[in-house]
Amino acid sequence: MSDTAAPPAPVPPIPSHADLFFAFFKITLSGFGGTLPWTRRMFVEEKRWMTAQEFNDVYALCQFLPGPNIVNLTTVFGSRMRGATGALAAWAGFLILPFCLMTVAALLYGRFGDIETVRRVLAGVAPAAAGLIIATAAKMAAPLFGRWGPAPAVFLATALAIGIMRWPLLWVLAVLAPTSIALAWWWRQ
Amino acid sequence: MKADSDVLLTLAVQFAIMSLLALGGANAVVPEMHRLTVEARGWMDDRQFADMFAISQVAPGPNVMIVTLIGFHVAGLAGALVATLAMCGPTAVLALYLGRTWDRFKHAPWRVAVQAGLVPISVGLVGASAIVLTRAADHNWIAAVITAATAAFAYWTKWNPLWLIGMAALVGLAGLV
Repeated sequence: MSDTAAPPAPVPPIPSHADLFFAFFKITLSGFGGTLPWTRRMFVEEKRWMTAQEFNDVYALCQFLPGPNIVNLTTVFGSRMRGATGALAAWAGFLILPFCLMTVAALLYGRFGDIETVRRVLAGVAPAAAGLIIATAAKMAAPLFGRWGPAPAVFLATALAIGIMRWPLLWVLAVLAPTSIALAWWWRQ
Repeated sequence: MKADSDVLLTLAVQFAIMSLLALGGANAVVPEMHRLTVEARGWMDDRQFADMFAISQVAPGPNVMIVTLIGFHVAGLAGALVATLAMCGPTAVLALYLGRTWDRFKHAPWRVAVQAGLVPISVGLVGASAIVLTRAADHNWIAAVITAATAAFAYWTKWNPLWLIGMAALVGLAGLV
């Protein structure tokens, strides 16, 4: 399994590619409702591949990056352990099971999505899923309104341009991102 | 065949661009996915889009997997694979690169300003997702009540969201929506 007879080992053992693949495979199995806590638990508490500080550092980076955060997190963890190929192993381990699951779900939806019972359940669940994201947005927005500054205006402009006006994301970001960054810079001075 | 490869190319390009624009995570680009699949291309209707979002939230695994559902719906297994890779590939490469240089700029003033400027935008995008999904899912007042009640309970209580989803499923099953 372990592919190096490591020289006078650094205290936390460095996981092999297979370790990385199966670590993330296992995380997706347990990851009902968010995989972040499980990732932290396995890396920091169980296997001790990282210190709490290192974990927070990687997390901060992934908040900075665009794209699916948790997938980015996986990639960065893998690369910190075993370079680019380690990143690939972790990435694949993380995505393979959800991909299969979703493909099956898509197959079932295509075949049975129009059956009366399924229709009824989804007619109830879809509004609830929308409600959950309203709550998420509200929780994230609340701290923005607690301080004086440009953030609330930028928040409202973004929600309006994308949610109500339905303008293309690329153009909206091309205008709003530099504006907001400039405002943030100027506000700090 | 021609049409098929055109569709796959569209999926690849559009989702790759979206992945790089997804400030703050996959939920930020839900409105853009809706714009592409429902409004621009007519690949599905509002109801189907709302269904797929709901399934991706309820199923275990990251929320980004809604792209797998969309890809499969549009172009079968190949579509699912292309959409997933396009959404999860490019930003992973970026993460790999920035992961190596991060230590050099993590305390730089410009980095702090960029992040401070992008946070309200990424939150605004989640707000936009909430608007778009509510419009897509709620076609009568009972659905609107479910949305409002779920939002209130999720905001003010610590209940596991799966309970809320389960109750909404029962209301749906009873034929009330």
